[in-house]
Amino acid sequence: MSNIRKAFEGGKAFIPFITCGDPDLDTTKKLVRAMAEAGADIIELGIPFSDPTAEGPVIQAANVRALSGGVTTDKILDMAAELKKDVSVPLVFMTYANVLFSYGIERFIKRAREAGMDGVILPDVPYEEKEEFSPLLKKYGMDFISLIAPTSKERIEMIAREADGFLYCVSSLGVTGERSRIASNVGEMTSLVKKVSDIPTAVGFGISTPEQAKAMAAAADGVIVGSAIVRIIGEYGADSVSRVSQYVKTMKQAIRSA
Amino acid sequence: MSKGRFGTHGGQYIPETLMNAVIELEAAYEHYKNDEAFNRELTELLNEYAGRPSRLYYAKNMTENLGGAKIYLKREDLNHTGSHKINNVLGQTLLAKKMGKTRVIAETGAGQHGVATATAAALMGMECEIFMGEEDTKRQALNVYRMKLLGAKVHPVKSGTATLKDAVSETMREWTARMDDTHYVLGSVMGPHPFPEMVRDFQAVISKEIKAQLMKKEGRLPDAVIACVGGGSNAIGAFYHFIGDESVRLIGCEAAGLGTDTPSTAATIATGRAGIFHGMKSYFCQDEYGQIAPVYSISAGLDYPGIGPEHAYLHDTGRAEYVAVTDDEAVDAFEYLSRTEGIIPAIESAHAVAYAMKLAPTMDKRKIIVINISGRGDKDCAAMARYRGEEIYE
Repeated sequence: MSNIRKAFEGGKAFIPFITCGDPDLDTTKKLVRAMAEAGADIIELGIPFSDPTAEGPVIQAANVRALSGGVTTDKILDMAAELKKDVSVPLVFMTYANVLFSYGIERFIKRAREAGMDGVILPDVPYEEKEEFSPLLKKYGMDFISLIAPTSKERIEMIAREADGFLYCVSSLGVTGERSRIASNVGEMTSLVKKVSDIPTAVGFGISTPEQAKAMAAAADGVIVGSAIVRIIGEYGADSVSRVSQYVKTMKQAIRSA
Repeated sequence: MSKGRFGTHGGQYIPETLMNAVIELEAAYEHYKNDEAFNRELTELLNEYAGRPSRLYYAKNMTENLGGAKIYLKREDLNHTGSHKINNVLGQTLLAKKMGKTRVIAETGAGQHGVATATAAALMGMECEIFMGEEDTKRQALNVYRMKLLGAKVHPVKSGTATLKDAVSETMREWTARMDDTHYVLGSVMGPHPFPEMVRDFQAVISKEIKAQLMKKEGRLPDAVIACVGGGSNAIGAFYHFIGDESVRLIGCEAAGLGTDTPSTAATIATGRAGIFHGMKSYFCQDEYGQIAPVYSISAGLDYPGIGPEHAYLHDTGRAEYVAVTDDEAVDAFEYLSRTEGIIPAIESAHAVAYAMKLAPTMDKRKIIVINISGRGDKDCAAMARYRGEEIYE
């Protein structure tokens, strides 16, 4: 069983997302350690991309901050290796296809594995294009995290059958970002998944409050939060660590009471 | 390998949220492209509304002045709305209507595609929203007004470099949020399958006409077809029916901006490398880590860091040649064609004219060149005046 799947064994999982190098890699390291300490079960590390087409304004801005600070794929891989010396929580990279393709897909995966990373999420690589990435990740013992969306419908079974690690359930149409209301029926999506697979499901996109997290956790095995955390980092920069840590604690508590 | 491949290029690199929308689009297109009633309706729109077929004009003055190959101009600038963009837009909007969509969205660079989309939406009674880089809304203020006049809502895009690539990203984001009633009228032969193929098919009318018109006038094929390339829709349209005719040189003219040896360029084939972006695998201007480059050209319509996947493939196989034309050369050609033939070309099309000016004198007088004049240059007059140091009010 992969480290990612094991992370769901102790109850509902809380999965925070941050962008590497926002505002600098030192802060990223502090944030990862603080979030692990505060109860994060898996941590998503975004490798910034110049044109993140699946992101809303908050994470777009984080990408701009990180890239203008001079962060690169190599620096992030080095940082991951350093973190994994003491951080036991599974870490997954979230980035765009071109970041891997440009680096050399296998070269990237090999280095990520050596650094101790457990998986990769690529929002611009759907089921139809995964053959270029998924077998190589498997070869090095990493999980290719698949996504399903409210529009996936009959595609859900096909995707779930071949999914590794956990299945990322996109809660809403559109891009990442906090929403006051989550309209789609997440329970319907996750029950379709459970019909064909025992893969854990985690819901993301739009979740920011403990109430939302609790409601989503009732319908899934985990909750992913990005923009709400990135917004705190955007506001407080290097001084955001304790605030983010407190937020993660609150959210974890909320989903564990679901 | 997934669908919609041109060699290794193409594919469908898009969020899962959009997959069923492009699958639905592909199914609809596969059905309607062979549907007699649909094709009859589209042909009628192209002929009666857009003014097709466009003329193939023998540029006698230019030919004599350059003293080499005989030059013909394919006058896409004479189409309704002033460019080749209307060919694709009428096709896609009609298709969207058949699919039961009530709203169209589109990106635009120079504003030509936005104006064409707003026009088709007005004609067919559809809601229309256009995404345009904020930088471009300033460069092309007249086109912004035209779109609004036609009933469209124009969203200035502030993210990234605030130009065409950001407008494409933002339109994709908008489509991800609302696809039930909305079709994304992509303006070039790019993006995820089926767009590169579908847009090419709608633009292929250009080469189909050139072939028939030149056969009538000269009784033979041209020796070279020259077109400007950003994403590459007018070029693929002008090339398509000649791809099988090995004797016809196909030449795409990219925007070199200040030069391919400077960072201020948009020449993808000359300076880019293979990548994955905006739904497709193709060539892109990017840094060593795959971050997409902030490209530059005087032409808002060619100011794009990528090229359509079929062009990437035609480059790989050597069937088409891609050359880079600088701002300076394009502006010279803009003025040259205006003075020599009384035809003001779009600054985009002027890139093709510029290369023809170099090529024609090297060719025998019995040879024939066709230049695709993809659009008219009225929209560029204020910017060209500024380039020459003259301030005029639009």
